[in-house]
Amino acid sequence: MIPFNDRTGRRARAVLATCLLAATLGAGQARAQTELLNVSYDPTRELYKELNAAFVEDWKAKTGETITVRVSHGGSGSQARTVIDGVPADVVTLGIPSDIDAIARISKKIPEDWRAKLPNAGLPYVSTVVFLVRKGNPKGIKDWGDLVKPDVAVITPNPKTSAGGRWNFLAAWGYAYERDGKSAEKANAFVGQLYKQVPVLDTGARGSTVTFAQRGLGDVLPTWENEAYLVFEEFGRDKFDVVVPPTSIYAEPPVALVDANVDKKGTRKAAEAYLQFLYSDRAQALFAKHRYRPSRPEAARKEDLAFLPEVKLFKIEDLQGSWDDIQKRNFDSGGLFDQLSKAPGR
Amino acid sequence: MPEPLRPRRRLMQPSVIPGFGLAFGYMLTCLGLIVLLPLAALVARASGLGLSGIWEVATDPRVAAALKVSFGISILAALTASTFGFLVAWVLTRYDFPGRRVVDAVVDLPFALPTAVAGIALASLYAPNGLVGAQLAKLGIQAAYTPLGIYIAMVFIGLPFAVRTVQPLIVEIDREIEEASATLGADRLHTLTRVILPPLIPAVLTGFALAFARGVGEYGSIIFIAGNLPYVSEIAPLLIVIKLSEFDYKGACAIAVIMLAISFATLLAINLIQAWSRRRFGYV
Repeated sequence: MIPFNDRTGRRARAVLATCLLAATLGAGQARAQTELLNVSYDPTRELYKELNAAFVEDWKAKTGETITVRVSHGGSGSQARTVIDGVPADVVTLGIPSDIDAIARISKKIPEDWRAKLPNAGLPYVSTVVFLVRKGNPKGIKDWGDLVKPDVAVITPNPKTSAGGRWNFLAAWGYAYERDGKSAEKANAFVGQLYKQVPVLDTGARGSTVTFAQRGLGDVLPTWENEAYLVFEEFGRDKFDVVVPPTSIYAEPPVALVDANVDKKGTRKAAEAYLQFLYSDRAQALFAKHRYRPSRPEAARKEDLAFLPEVKLFKIEDLQGSWDDIQKRNFDSGGLFDQLSKAPGR
Repeated sequence: MPEPLRPRRRLMQPSVIPGFGLAFGYMLTCLGLIVLLPLAALVARASGLGLSGIWEVATDPRVAAALKVSFGISILAALTASTFGFLVAWVLTRYDFPGRRVVDAVVDLPFALPTAVAGIALASLYAPNGLVGAQLAKLGIQAAYTPLGIYIAMVFIGLPFAVRTVQPLIVEIDREIEEASATLGADRLHTLTRVILPPLIPAVLTGFALAFARGVGEYGSIIFIAGNLPYVSEIAPLLIVIKLSEFDYKGACAIAVIMLAISFATLLAINLIQAWSRRRFGYV
């Protein structure tokens, strides 16, 4: 369906990729040193900075080799597109499974069964959506149902362009579905009402954070748990509160090896080790430190886990089926989000 | 004087300047590689949808709404930019005041500023808790995150085009013409409207066209201040980005082609008006 797979396109991408590779290699010294590129989503900057340093150390201790790990950050969907278009990523660590599915389906650089290649379906950590509200919670927001109270303005990114935005959308839908006797119709209406109360639809999760935290718009920011705590700790504990709803979504930011790229670059061994490292005790502790939910919580420190309270997490797959269906049903052209935004006016 | 012998009408007048073939070939190559090739690739990509497919994209209510926002506000913003830009150019050339050169340099800043920076600066200024936004909020006006915000951003980025196209022509106006006009009995208003303004009109139109084109294509600065709500403050370039994140390359190219076609038609119309005004006033 995408004419990007024609031969000229592929050749152009190969040339582009070689140029990019040459540029990145040329920037350092042209030594024969292994270098990994991790193409990641937006809010993981702080996490991977620390994690990569730990991996470099670990790799040096185990093999004696010096390795460099680069990370590129951006909206999950556009990051997936850069990999499809030829960025030589060794591993992708994205915000939502459907973005890795898209790479597998469109570019075939990742096998379709990538979930089976790593423990816990390619999820070294998971996360969820919590609320950031103004200090003292003046609008009394406790649960998803409070977001559609008449005087509440919600700040959330566009689910078309942001993985975080998609999780928010699915979380709200799942909440209403469970609440209203598993009625998809009622859940659709709930989400429709919620998006009518969104005054600004930013293109990425960080954009929404800025709109909420710095521009002072809106009463509540549903966002990644890690992002909420980051804002809380960086922008001011005196200005915001984190509200953890009783139920929320089991948000899955998966990781995968880009097979076609590592074979071309000869970096398979290091890239595989990098992904395995994400499941090690050290990495698991780091996930918790940055307020992600480690897949093996026993490896994390108690005081970090204290920040990740018990929440009833539901899997959207249990409610809507496979990721192909979820993506098509909600976010593809003509999907639920498009239908909901058909009614203009607020 | 007898006409030189001409056996048949030639396609073009021979020029006295040598090197036409070389220069023309070079021009064609550069233009082809830098401008036409990417545009052709765009059209080729979109043509996968066929004319009916492109029409379907264009008439999709959301795309139509975004196009209306993009082109409607660009025209308004370009009108403002060319009016205000004319004033700026006039003051900068006709008066001397301390700091004139600094102001002259400041005019170019929107050219140089990365658009995202401009967008963030404007958004923080016009947000309800910003310096200007707070004052506007008292009057019940919300600027940022509404179509008004898009307009502000487009005026900002379009202004230098309006100033820089008119300025050299104002410099060139011969003072003696104004004196002659006065000597011949025209009053000040008459001199302004009949003597000074007409030769400037083509330049003002060029400035308008450039500011308009820039506004239509602008993404970076607008996205931060627009609010991006479908049907209200969503610009067409954002829809292209959204299509791309759906991996819908054809759809994205289709919107781009539609924007190109409308822009081309508008610019052509402006050029025709320019040609008409040249004939009408007989200047430049």
